[in-house]
Amino acid sequence: MSSVSTTQITGTSLELLRRLRGPNNEGALALILVGLVIVTSIANPAFFTVPTMFSVLRNSIVPLIFALGVLVVIISGGIDVSFPAIASFAAYSTVRAAQEFFDPGLIGAFAFALGLGALLGLVNGIVIARFRLPTLIVTLGSQGVFIGVLLTYVGSEYVAQLPGSLASLSKTNLLEVSSGGRGAFLPVMVIPAILLSVLVTWLLRRTMFGRGVYAIGGDVEAARRAGFPVVRIQLLIYVLVGMMAATAGVIFTIMGRSASPRDLVGIELDIIAAVVLGGASIFGGRGSVLGTLLGVLIVQVIGSSLILAGVPSAWQRAAVGFLLLVGVGVQAVAARRSARHRRVVRTEEVVA
Amino acid sequence: MAQPAQVAATEPVLAVRDITKTYGGVTALSGVSLSLSPGEVHCLAGENGCGKSTLIKIISGAERPDRGEIVIDGVAHGAMDPASAIRSGVQVIYQDFSLFPNLTVAENVTLTSAVADGNRLYSAAALRPAARKIVDELGLDLDLDADVERLTVADKQLTAICRALVHEARVIIMDEPTTALTHAEVARLFALVERLRNRGVALVFVSHKLDEVLQVSQRVTILRSGRHVVTAPADELSPTAIAHHMTGREVSEERLVSSLPADAPTVLDVRGLALEGAFADVSFTLRRGEILGVTGLLGSGRTEIAEALFGIARADRGEIEVDGKQLAIHRIDDAVRAGIGYVPEDRLTQGLFLEKSIADNIIAGSLDRHRSRARLLDRGRVRATIQTLFERLRVKAPNTRALVRSLSGGNAQRVVIAKWLATQPKVLMLNGPTVGVDVGSKAEILDILRKEAERGMGVIVISDDAPELVACCHRVLIVRRGRLVHELTADEVTVSSIQERMAA
Repeated sequence: MSSVSTTQITGTSLELLRRLRGPNNEGALALILVGLVIVTSIANPAFFTVPTMFSVLRNSIVPLIFALGVLVVIISGGIDVSFPAIASFAAYSTVRAAQEFFDPGLIGAFAFALGLGALLGLVNGIVIARFRLPTLIVTLGSQGVFIGVLLTYVGSEYVAQLPGSLASLSKTNLLEVSSGGRGAFLPVMVIPAILLSVLVTWLLRRTMFGRGVYAIGGDVEAARRAGFPVVRIQLLIYVLVGMMAATAGVIFTIMGRSASPRDLVGIELDIIAAVVLGGASIFGGRGSVLGTLLGVLIVQVIGSSLILAGVPSAWQRAAVGFLLLVGVGVQAVAARRSARHRRVVRTEEVVA
Repeated sequence: MAQPAQVAATEPVLAVRDITKTYGGVTALSGVSLSLSPGEVHCLAGENGCGKSTLIKIISGAERPDRGEIVIDGVAHGAMDPASAIRSGVQVIYQDFSLFPNLTVAENVTLTSAVADGNRLYSAAALRPAARKIVDELGLDLDLDADVERLTVADKQLTAICRALVHEARVIIMDEPTTALTHAEVARLFALVERLRNRGVALVFVSHKLDEVLQVSQRVTILRSGRHVVTAPADELSPTAIAHHMTGREVSEERLVSSLPADAPTVLDVRGLALEGAFADVSFTLRRGEILGVTGLLGSGRTEIAEALFGIARADRGEIEVDGKQLAIHRIDDAVRAGIGYVPEDRLTQGLFLEKSIADNIIAGSLDRHRSRARLLDRGRVRATIQTLFERLRVKAPNTRALVRSLSGGNAQRVVIAKWLATQPKVLMLNGPTVGVDVGSKAEILDILRKEAERGMGVIVISDDAPELVACCHRVLIVRRGRLVHELTADEVTVSSIQERMAA
């Protein structure tokens, strides 16, 4: 067969390409990101400046933390749309509690929010793992419940004055540069974002829990047969998402210097789009922290360049929605092609 | 059950005693016992639904028995769980292999043992040597870094075997290990089995392909309807004796074809049909009233040919004529309109609405044929069609309102066939028409096909069950590597001629 010989010739260069591409197309994503930055900079020189770059990074902090949690769920073959609700619930309740009772300090505030996030995540996890229900529907429902409970029992009004322990961090910067009369700053909150990225990378790659997440995403039944504690892992996944969401919520509140229970509504589109663009498979079993980081940055760069280009914000949403569809479309096409490839390989083998 | 004398010398590595398991009133296993000696290949045989799979699930810890015990190294357990079964050295290789398609060969090989060891941390680099060692010991050519989803079926099976051995498996249970393999691959598997035996591993083959499995087995245990029938050395059992034990009656391999007038016109004419990567140059004709068998190994292209004729996959080349009229079949609609029907292999998910009644299922495919002048459904005719087919196909159910979910495999199959008959097709293709159907029902379904053929329908039976093809087909086409390689007619249609040519 002629195709066999051509495969052999191109085999080595393909191998090199495959390595550059990375296991989840991270190489391709990095190229896209660099390309985007270059194209946008040419179109609008104001883009390629330290203040804009810092603003992209600043705007990526909260989405990245959300995305790390969502990444874990998506690898496990599920989806969570309730994380913005959990984030709002945890952060807003923490602020209100500090107002009503006493300021627990920075660590206390985070601990309280994390506890709430874990609890709400556990609710999702129990329903999903115990009753084996579809994750999209469960989290869609629980999102409504969480927001409803928040607005009814905790409050709905805008809080302009954060408790002292949180407010003190709002203006703490890690890096300040002044360039061309404009100040560029990078808040201290990049540190937790980086630490959490390292933590999730470690969890996914170096722990049995992480392997369990991939295993469940690959084939739940096989994971069960292999002896993975599937129910426990799923519970942990949703608790983890809840805690990541709570962290992101509190950081969002600190960086925004105010608290409102409605600010994060709708952010799930941006986050899920970033994770899927970042190479996490919607069918489960694939995805990486590096890819997710690149996905988040791509979404933010596109957002910033649209703002610079003066595109109305309604269209930015459409653009992100479009990106999500592109990400999913690429995956579906790749899956179909590899199925076809397998079929060809199989018959070739038989013929040979 | 008393232990046969010749194996009493060695201590069994695993034994189950008096296992009983019921599922909501249905007894799946009743007092079944089995023992395994080191270095033994034990064949577990029986018809579909005889309790083989339940027994495996109990041994592997996926199910808990209601009564009985599992004895490993002299220690009795009331029930196992998956992790402790693996720790005790019991490994099951399921038909789907239970591998993780998204992980590499090395990870798949080592992951379960890491789970069984109760590790908290994981290091791919630290586990890799263990995978390497097994692959080298068995002398296999497996790429440790390849993702499992890219492997061939045979390589997936090898990966699963390596995985079993990494954890020092002493008992390996293989569910239908040869079904998806080519002849050469089966030979390689059996050579590997010999090496495993020399290592003292006990193997259980669950299979219905007896002739193959008997080559490598030392003992055979046969189950029927959840009960233990016989355990005997393999060389004391002939295939017919096994079939007799499995079914509890004499199975006739009788050939009984419906009458086919010599001047029956051609209803389907296929010329040069090809689908890249699946099959090429497929040409054949089918006459009214004829039953044509199409057979080949799994992956030979037999299913893809049917799918192309039914418009599920669009053929790249070739011509299809029905009743002398040339057709382009791009979509399922085109096939249905031309009078071609298809009963898929997996009828439960592809051919039936399980939560709906028999009546709804029968009429589901032919609503257009039952319209009144006002384009509304003609209730009277609908009812008449349903009742006629329900009776003609002798569906065993209290009435047509019973849910299809409540039916046995054989009756569910009749409902699928009835659904197609309601569309009055010219050609009906059936893929594995008796898979998962008990022997009694099987004979009746074949009888139904003969009768429908006599009424003038062209029937194509796609199957790898040679006796079934012999029983009802006028002609049998053999597909190998995506091509029609033989046509057997009249007296040439025998079980041995089919099996030889399929695998050659």
